Amino acid sequence: MSATSTTTGSSADATRRRIRVLIGKPGLDGHDRGAKTVATALRDFGMEVVYTGLHQTPEMIAEVAVQEDVDVVGLSILSGAHMSLFPRVRKELLSRNMGHVLLTGGGIIPAEDIETLQQDGFTRLFGPGTRTEDIAKWIEEQMQRRWASEGDQA
Amino acid sequence: MSEKRPGVLPTGTVVRVDAQAQWDAAVRSSKSREASFTSVSGSPLKPLYGPEDAQLDVERDLGLPGSFPFTRGVHPTMYRGRLWTMRQFAGFGSAQQTNQRFKFLLEHGQTGLSTAFDFPTLMGYDSDHPYSEGEVGQVGVAISSLEDMQTLMAGIPMQEVSTSMTINGPAPILLAFYIACGERAGVDPKLLRGTVQNDILKEYQAQHAWLVPPEPALRMICDVMGYCAQRVPQWNTISISGYHIREAGSTAAQELAFTLANGMEYVRRGVAAGLAVDDFAPRLSFFFDSHIDFFEEIAKFRAARRIWARKLRDEFGAKDPRSWMVRFHTQTAGVTLTAQQPENNIVRTAFEALAAVLGGTQSLHTNSMDETLSLPTEKAVKIALRTQQIIAEETEVAHVIDPLAGSYFVEASTQRLEDEAQAYFDEIERRGGIVPCIEAGWIQKEIHRSAVAYQRAVEHDEKKIVGVNCYQESDAGPTIELHRIDKSVEQDQRARLAALRARRDARRAQRELDLIRAACRSRENLLERFVAAAHADCTLGEIAQVLREEFGKYKEPKIL
Repeated sequence: MSATSTTTGSSADATRRRIRVLIGKPGLDGHDRGAKTVATALRDFGMEVVYTGLHQTPEMIAEVAVQEDVDVVGLSILSGAHMSLFPRVRKELLSRNMGHVLLTGGGIIPAEDIETLQQDGFTRLFGPGTRTEDIAKWIEEQMQRRWASEGDQA
Repeated sequence: MSEKRPGVLPTGTVVRVDAQAQWDAAVRSSKSREASFTSVSGSPLKPLYGPEDAQLDVERDLGLPGSFPFTRGVHPTMYRGRLWTMRQFAGFGSAQQTNQRFKFLLEHGQTGLSTAFDFPTLMGYDSDHPYSEGEVGQVGVAISSLEDMQTLMAGIPMQEVSTSMTINGPAPILLAFYIACGERAGVDPKLLRGTVQNDILKEYQAQHAWLVPPEPALRMICDVMGYCAQRVPQWNTISISGYHIREAGSTAAQELAFTLANGMEYVRRGVAAGLAVDDFAPRLSFFFDSHIDFFEEIAKFRAARRIWARKLRDEFGAKDPRSWMVRFHTQTAGVTLTAQQPENNIVRTAFEALAAVLGGTQSLHTNSMDETLSLPTEKAVKIALRTQQIIAEETEVAHVIDPLAGSYFVEASTQRLEDEAQAYFDEIERRGGIVPCIEAGWIQKEIHRSAVAYQRAVEHDEKKIVGVNCYQESDAGPTIELHRIDKSVEQDQRARLAALRARRDARRAQRELDLIRAACRSRENLLERFVAAAHADCTLGEIAQVLREEFGKYKEPKIL
């Protein structure tokens, strides 16, 4: 399936809310190929994507998430500092009443760390070799489910 | 055909044309596999190459090994004289841990050292800076002071071993620690051999560990070239690196073009700073990626030598043949390693290493199979080193120099890459030069465009990766052992720094930092000041902070 085929096409889809995503690079890590490739791919899938750029502190990322009012925050780390930085970003988001955002991420992250981070609010993390289409579909599915349940409550 | 009319064949050419027509017809009527017949960089490939594809003037385009234009290699004897240096990049945790890994590698036949630093060090922050939290010792060794450098090199004969340091923004500071470390051990700087990467231009383009904006960074690089030409004459002052450009997603041609364009910019800057080209150009070395496309990579290495030789002699007027030479280190491509079925990475690395050797590399790092999961374990590193040793000792490929010269395909690819690189040089010049291209984000966008194109090709199954989009296995996950950095590394490093700051002569340290500040505002050689500051136990972060205050911070252009 081509990257563009899942973007909003029908008129019903056109009125649908667009998913707003922040792709963040916390810490001093300079590896941004994955983050930028995913950001571009999600944009191709019809999402609104903000990319923080490199070398961001957890506070800076949380601030941008608030300003841009995003639905999803995706973090990328290939420097081994994920066990310190991922939870710190979550903490900063929570302290800004952003606990509702869907948290995800990727990079060089050992399986046992993924399990720990999943307990800590990072619903799903993606490793090397992931198809960007799988990331986009997963985000879309998660957001549709969340919005559907918000609708039920309303 | 020839049996029927013996003796009356007009010329051999007629036979060739007939055979060619027959072959063309046979190809046209045959079915071809469903595959994209392009190089890994996306260049279309013909099924067959012939003399018309590789129109060479042997003397002009190839020459002999050790002579202009060095297409066939930089030394007359190549690996018959000396094998390439087997140089595994290593560094993790504390200086003491990395010192042990260095000794392990030397004991197993490695012939040079190569140091990986952690991100705080790469960015010019001490281990106890708030930005360093969680990052200390993770992807390399933490070196914040002369004391750390002395621990790193303890028991290693600095006058005998050559040491490469992969550091860029703060490269002049780390080099100062190394020089001072040698002086403390009684080693004359004239005897020190090694390399600092010190290639800041590709940092802005691809690797992203910078300290200050391009102009002051380039000034410091000129300071390093000037200082070393006088006092550390065996030191390679810049390792002009395509590796990170390629790993960030570029094509082979982009890697070649941007690397050499960066190199030419350093030469221009050195000349503009008043240095004679032959005083510093012989100490410039190069560092390339060896990616998975075997022949394209070999052609890339050959093209690099030819282009640089021609540029340095004909455009920069260098007279010393050593100024014309591309001496280079190679690392196999980290991006080609897969987290899926990680043992397969041993095979990928072996092919890539073989391409580097057939391309005439001077030194080589082979990646370990587990590097998409964590830092490599000792076992994985040893297999990677053994891979090089098997190439050197068993395959017999090192006996013949540039064995693929004259291959129509390899020569045509070499020429293609040279032409594509030249097109990029012209484009960069039209855009005002390399620094304006960086500031506009143009090079970064070019690399990103290639990275996205490759990702799409993989997702559309046009490019195959075993274990990722073909021959997959169920998601059992890797069973190989992981190498983890203990949290105590960060705590110990903080404690050591606190002790150092308490112990040192604080007034002397402050005086040295003030002298650095003054040197930033004058034209005084900064490396000279950094060496003095190292002896006064000023830390990396303290020196870098003065530079940030004086020169400002770099802000990356937005490309997305």
